[in-house]
Amino acid sequence: MSSHSARDVKRRRNSAVRALAESSGRRRKIPEDRLGTPIAAATTRHNVTFINTCFSQHGITPARRNTPFRQVPSKRKIPPNTPLLEENSGPEKISSFLRKQWTLYSVTPLYKFSYAKFKDYSKLLSAYITAEKQTGLAVEVGMDLNIKVTFSSLSGLKGNEHDQRAVFIQITSRSAFAAPNSEEKVLWTGCLCCTFGDMEILSCLLKDFTCLPLFLVNGGETLTAMVGTWFQKTFDCCFSRLVISARDLTWMAAMWTGCKLENHMAAIELLFSVPCSPCNLDISYAIHPEDARALWESIHKSQDEVTEEEVNLFMNCLYSHFFRHFKIYLSATRLVKVSTAVASAHCDGKVKLLSEEYIISVLALLTELATNQIQY
Amino acid sequence: MEKQKLHRSSRRPAKPEQQPGYGQGVLSALHGHGKERGDITEKINIQKTHQDKCHSADDQAEVNEHELLEQGLQYFEKVEGHVQLKGNGTLLKHLNTVESVGTQKGLPPEGIDILLSCALSGKFVDTVNSRLLKCLIPSSVVSEDAVVKAVSWFCVDQCTASTQVLFVRWLITMFDLVDHKEKLRALYGCFFCSLQDERLCPYICHLLYLLTKKENVKPFRVRKLLDLQIRVGMQPHLQGLLSLYKVYCPELVSLTLPTRVKTFFKNSESLWKAEIMAVRRRNFGSPSVGLQMGFGIKQLPSQSKKRKWNSHMNLPVSSSGLVSHEDVSSFHHLHQDEAFPVELLQTFTQLVQNIHRLQFPAQMGSVLKSPLLLHYINCIKDDSVFLRLNYWMAQVLHEECAWYTGNQHNETEVRTFLDTIANAQQFLQEGFSNCEEFLYKSIPHWNGCYRSQILQLLSWIPLTSFSEMEQLLYEPLGQIFFTSSLYFKCGVIESLKEMLQNWLSWHAFYAVQVNIQDSPMNNTLSGLVNTVCDLIHFVGRISTIALHITNSSLLLHFILDFYEIVCDMYVKYAMPLVVLPPSGVFYPALLSLESVNLNHLCYIMYRYRKNLVAAKENEWNKKCTMWLNINSQTIQEYNQYVLDMVGCLWTSQAFQKDRHPQGIFMDAEMLARTGVENYRNSFNIVRHPALMGHAILFLQQGFGEDKTVNLDLIKGKLWNWYVEYLYKKGMRGLKVFVESSISRISCSSQSHSNTAESCTSVAQK
Repeated sequence: MSSHSARDVKRRRNSAVRALAESSGRRRKIPEDRLGTPIAAATTRHNVTFINTCFSQHGITPARRNTPFRQVPSKRKIPPNTPLLEENSGPEKISSFLRKQWTLYSVTPLYKFSYAKFKDYSKLLSAYITAEKQTGLAVEVGMDLNIKVTFSSLSGLKGNEHDQRAVFIQITSRSAFAAPNSEEKVLWTGCLCCTFGDMEILSCLLKDFTCLPLFLVNGGETLTAMVGTWFQKTFDCCFSRLVISARDLTWMAAMWTGCKLENHMAAIELLFSVPCSPCNLDISYAIHPEDARALWESIHKSQDEVTEEEVNLFMNCLYSHFFRHFKIYLSATRLVKVSTAVASAHCDGKVKLLSEEYIISVLALLTELATNQIQY
Repeated sequence: MEKQKLHRSSRRPAKPEQQPGYGQGVLSALHGHGKERGDITEKINIQKTHQDKCHSADDQAEVNEHELLEQGLQYFEKVEGHVQLKGNGTLLKHLNTVESVGTQKGLPPEGIDILLSCALSGKFVDTVNSRLLKCLIPSSVVSEDAVVKAVSWFCVDQCTASTQVLFVRWLITMFDLVDHKEKLRALYGCFFCSLQDERLCPYICHLLYLLTKKENVKPFRVRKLLDLQIRVGMQPHLQGLLSLYKVYCPELVSLTLPTRVKTFFKNSESLWKAEIMAVRRRNFGSPSVGLQMGFGIKQLPSQSKKRKWNSHMNLPVSSSGLVSHEDVSSFHHLHQDEAFPVELLQTFTQLVQNIHRLQFPAQMGSVLKSPLLLHYINCIKDDSVFLRLNYWMAQVLHEECAWYTGNQHNETEVRTFLDTIANAQQFLQEGFSNCEEFLYKSIPHWNGCYRSQILQLLSWIPLTSFSEMEQLLYEPLGQIFFTSSLYFKCGVIESLKEMLQNWLSWHAFYAVQVNIQDSPMNNTLSGLVNTVCDLIHFVGRISTIALHITNSSLLLHFILDFYEIVCDMYVKYAMPLVVLPPSGVFYPALLSLESVNLNHLCYIMYRYRKNLVAAKENEWNKKCTMWLNINSQTIQEYNQYVLDMVGCLWTSQAFQKDRHPQGIFMDAEMLARTGVENYRNSFNIVRHPALMGHAILFLQQGFGEDKTVNLDLIKGKLWNWYVEYLYKKGMRGLKVFVESSISRISCSSQSHSNTAESCTSVAQK
């Protein structure tokens, strides 16, 4: 099934010109046959095929045809809480994800990305960054530089076996005068990942492409720009900031409220912004986590999925409670930020991961949002 | 004997030699001239053997000059040891000769050989050497051996540094005139060593830039250059050479160029430029075959640092920074030669010569702006190419151009970008699927911005099944159509016309080839026909309403343009479909105030007739296995239209019968109220509002201007003359219509009032 639908996607190129090439190719072939020249010579020379044998089909619907406006799904699955157990999942690296502010980007599939070439990538990227920093001076690739880039893979962030391993990139610097064994300073961290990626899209991808739609960044904007530019040039991909809509934030609020955590108890805080006031008025609405969970559990029914109605009901309950006390309709304001014990997310695409236990489910939701933003 | 040698070698350049690259045009011109010079020498020989013949003064002068030059060259070849300039009359005399010939006519290859070695051998003082080098203007080409010999002199350091610099500058200037470059390329290492010399370094860099091929780029050379860079700092000439190294071997060196670099190398050719031009003008008379001066100077795209990094509307063409090892090995296995970096692709000839070893750019989006690469992807089968382009374009369209996202955009940039896409689609003659999706998403929110661009993109939407088109395109487009200005309406109709034309051309190509039954998407021909039919009906609908809202002849003109494509679908594009214009289009056109539109309608009706007749014939002959979507109702409707047309234009029987439910029947009372006497038989090509002006002019020309015009005079013979007059006024459509649809019994002796003409309608089966 997978190969078939993949072909559908790639053959979407409808071409009259190709047809022309085809027909003229045939016409050209006939006299050559008569002269006894091998047909193969006429059709292919080296790698370049001049005569196109694949018909580009007309009016083909791709595996995923975008409706004019993609709708927010009416239900979402709750991903299994237990991460895929694999060797070298790098628990210390995963814990390094926690309590950091990550800026989110979505990335189109990477072309010719190879997990086997991390060493080359490290060398090239560090040389590139050095060359960018000292514009005009050439830098030898592979030289010992002050800036060090490490590429590594993290299988611990995979949701299922179809996902590609996450790619963890760290940029460290060594000051020229530091003691030889002194700790390197981490300047920038980034992670490309795909947790419970859209199966439909993954199965359609050609083998040269690697789908890692979510890019998390912690570090300076300049370095992000350099790494991003290098990725764009090297793997022909596109980055765009991932902003989270208020609608998605309500989903996060509901889903993360439902997560059971044993030791850590932090209040659930929702931040609303009132748009019309001259100076921006923010309303912070904090709820005791147990109260919120009790409310959610009274609403939520199924074990493995969350529906839109449930989310709406949950939020409406919170709104009406707030109205009872303060006479303010929160539904008329804009939800800007959600923070729970599991994670916190801001609408401008900044996220903090707080619980190691639920890291997979948070990343799964973010992967879905990133995937939806990419134009396939 | 020397003369003999000179003679022989001066003919040598007559051999055709192939030079790759941009110097070719120049070189071939030079070869032609070489031949000419050979002829001259031959002529001189003849003159020498037949001394008694008289010759012109010009020839004499040329012979003298030639002899002088030969003497000079002999002198320079034979001179030994250190020669002083002071008081040396012979040297001065020969030097002057060589200089004057060199700067005026150019020197032959062997002359350059002799003088070049002489100048670099250190026999003379610097002033002489520089004078010699400055006059070394080749009349045809520079032989490679001369250059190699000169380089060996150059390497043994006999001459001073300034002469060396001058020589390298000369070599850079004459690089394209050197006949072969293999041996010169073999000396790459020699030149590379000279980089250490501070004075030579800028020029050597330029020379190496011209010489470098991929195999010259080695890690040790990179390291040498980087060491040099550490010593001398950021120098444009080093940057130039290193940037070329980076193009060939990005895995060895990384370099970011500052934004303001415009040229890498100093101008080397300034010393010779004027003379070369003068020599060329003299020898060929046409300076238009200009030398490609300024080689090695590369215009860098100015990139503004302030742009955000992840906006990607303008991608520079650059080759991929990473070639994996397995790729390299398989590549070498297949091609034996190295890949050709896209940065170096400049001409179509290069594309054709290197097409088997061309690399795609690192970022596929950059092909949009390069017609050469568009040619290339057109003959590439690899799907990942289109997928990469697709991802990129979809993202850019969504992020940078879509108004529905509410993002802020730079208007001119978006405009240029959309234009680029439209041009690429035009070039490839196909639409990009992501572009189609972008339109579906954005047209419901369209406020008319980027009108011409969007309308152009619209015309490349591929055929899809109607249910989708109806919801995604027709509905939103219809809404914006009705509420917008006249010009916008015309634009939409024109764009839809082009869309139909693109679909039909697509179909015409594929109709023969695609076995429709085998298509996996179950795209039957009837489905195609239905989709085309739906588009035509959609245009018919909006046209009818638009003509109701504004009865504009401009709009009518665009609508008729659309129907000009529609009426010929069967004959021209093999589409088994004939769709007539709705009455809301037909009658306004028939009664239009413009003779242009009326003429257009006549032509369209004539083509409909041709198509219907052809379809009928095919049906009878059973030639056509295609399911024919032409039913008797269509033919009936056509006949009604034709009857009305003939009634209106010819038989003066308009408004009389109610042939069509939406036709132009009028009550007699109503017509009587117009005050026209004999209203029953007055409406024809004489009184038709679009043609009345012609009729009046016709009468005025016939009877003179002062006489009161009486339109009733036009009948009988005068009627025939009037019709001829109309034909001459450019009413070709009327002519073909009348000739095909009205059979006139006898053109000479019939009277108009008898209405002997009968309208031949298409037979109804």
